[in-house]
Amino acid sequence: MTATTTPARTAGRAGAAQPRRAKRASGRGGSQKRHSLILSLLMTVMLLYALLPLFWLLVNSSKTPGALFSTFGLWFGGPFALWSNVHQVLTYDHGIFVRWLANTLLYVVVGAGGATFLATLAGYGLAKYDFPGRRGVFAVVLGAVAVPGTALAVPTFLLFSDLHLTNTPWSVILPSLVSPFGLYLIWVYAQDAVPAELLEAARIDGASEVRTFFQISLRLLTPGVVTVLLFTVVATWNNYFLPLIMLSTPQWYPLTVGLNDWDQQSFTAGGQAIYNLVITGSLLTVIPIMIAFLIMQRYWRSGLAAGSVKQ
Amino acid sequence: MADLPLGARRLGIRPLGAVRRTRARPPRRRRRWTGWGFVAPFLVVFAFALVAPIGYAIYLSLFREQLIGGNSFVAFANYRQALADPQFWSSVRRVATLLAVQVPVMLILALLAALALDSARLRWAPLYRLAIFLPYAVPAVVASLMWGFVYGAQFGLVSRLSSALHVGLPDPLSGSWVLASIGNVVTWEFVGYNMLIFYAALRSVPGDLYEAAEIDGASPLRIARSIKLPALRPAMVVAVVFSIIGTLQLFNEPNILHWLAPDTIPPNFTPNMYAYNLSFSGQEYNYSATIAVIMGILTMLAAGGVQWLGRRRMA
Repeated sequence: MTATTTPARTAGRAGAAQPRRAKRASGRGGSQKRHSLILSLLMTVMLLYALLPLFWLLVNSSKTPGALFSTFGLWFGGPFALWSNVHQVLTYDHGIFVRWLANTLLYVVVGAGGATFLATLAGYGLAKYDFPGRRGVFAVVLGAVAVPGTALAVPTFLLFSDLHLTNTPWSVILPSLVSPFGLYLIWVYAQDAVPAELLEAARIDGASEVRTFFQISLRLLTPGVVTVLLFTVVATWNNYFLPLIMLSTPQWYPLTVGLNDWDQQSFTAGGQAIYNLVITGSLLTVIPIMIAFLIMQRYWRSGLAAGSVKQ
Repeated sequence: MADLPLGARRLGIRPLGAVRRTRARPPRRRRRWTGWGFVAPFLVVFAFALVAPIGYAIYLSLFREQLIGGNSFVAFANYRQALADPQFWSSVRRVATLLAVQVPVMLILALLAALALDSARLRWAPLYRLAIFLPYAVPAVVASLMWGFVYGAQFGLVSRLSSALHVGLPDPLSGSWVLASIGNVVTWEFVGYNMLIFYAALRSVPGDLYEAAEIDGASPLRIARSIKLPALRPAMVVAVVFSIIGTLQLFNEPNILHWLAPDTIPPNFTPNMYAYNLSFSGQEYNYSATIAVIMGILTMLAAGGVQWLGRRRMA
């Protein structure tokens, strides 16, 4: 029982760090307005709704398989088994989880990185150059913003299986490379961020268009690019349907599909139930993306603002 | 079969070509073709990974694998079959119910939270903003697994609470509750995302506008109606469109919870699950493609309709 104090203390410390940051921000015209207690209470209910499942995940990652069943779900109980759970996750089935993590990183780096690069080039091209067919390109890409990735999963699988591309990393990476929404964000952003006069000046100085893009425009576009990168990274890190449908050998699975595979073990005949690994594996899957998310959270708002306000 | 991709490309471009209208172009700048260099890499991947699959799905939906005669052209027979298929309709009914109940609940919650964040009456607003948005970063798989454990019979929180408090809480995965339980997972994942869309729109209103309104003696209610609501309208359109797309194309959450409740979450729970299972368990590729095309068209019609309504109201 004594071991249970450690996570509680760390959780408390993490929680204390946030209000300190929060203090500096007060709303518009906040000077004369009073803080409302009822509003705080209502919002606290929503906050608990948002955080309780994550708290559940953290608590239960620290339990042994036996304690999962015998102790109350929303508090620590039984021997503290977080590190042994983590060790088991990383070594189970010859370390397949580490392989899934590496696959996920590959899909994120190549897929999300590539998608951001292609969207940046194209969004910039559409915003800053006039060329024959520009309006057509724009209309087609904008139409595609509304085409959901999940709707495409089955058709893409059917096409790729005819081309013998399924069950390769390419089958996951290639569809991730297209981000019409990212292109749209960059297009919106580039219009204001890169002044036409600057490009004209670079041209007069004799810089090539490619050099101008990489040395001048890209720097000005950075906040927009980071926003798109964030959206595409989260989308590829969390991608489930596409890899599920494309991949058939666990060697190429990303974390999401792998975790679901572990979960299903307990439902298949003769399968070994490994709930503690599913829960701790889920925690390990969530932590990196949350860190990235919290560090870069200010970019979310600008991205969402550009996507929803400017039309 | 070898010429399929070619046929697919031809078919795939046609429906999209309708948007290519000829309009008066602004005066052209000097380097006419340079822009293509920037756009071309994107378009190549776009054509291969987005246009071609759509075209191929349409192509497949017009054919059928038959015992006699092999793969043959059947025109719209697959579509007629789908429109008369009770399995398909029951999947559509479920997502339509979610669309009618879960989406409004989620968006109203998100809107209220955004108004609270923007009101300047909430202490520690950034803390709330971050915490409520946090679930969006959680993969749908992890979200569903977590809630599945909460709902589930083995060591589920709900059944534990039910017996501890001696109240008869219903089984969240039973037939009459399962749709609400899935709706709850989706709400949990996306309420913060929508809140942030609304909040970003509210923040885009210049502060002077509020001050001017206050000086003119406008009541808070009047400010909400005359300044905040019009500012929110474009964001509202975006949020509704994304919610429609997400709901009609629902797959991840029910597909994962399916293992916990195979009886109440059948393989045709949502249209996308139906299409997936037709492909994988049934090997009915042509029919699966047909379902995907129908749902794609339905989604586009619904999303386009909302955008059209939103634009008309704004004009």
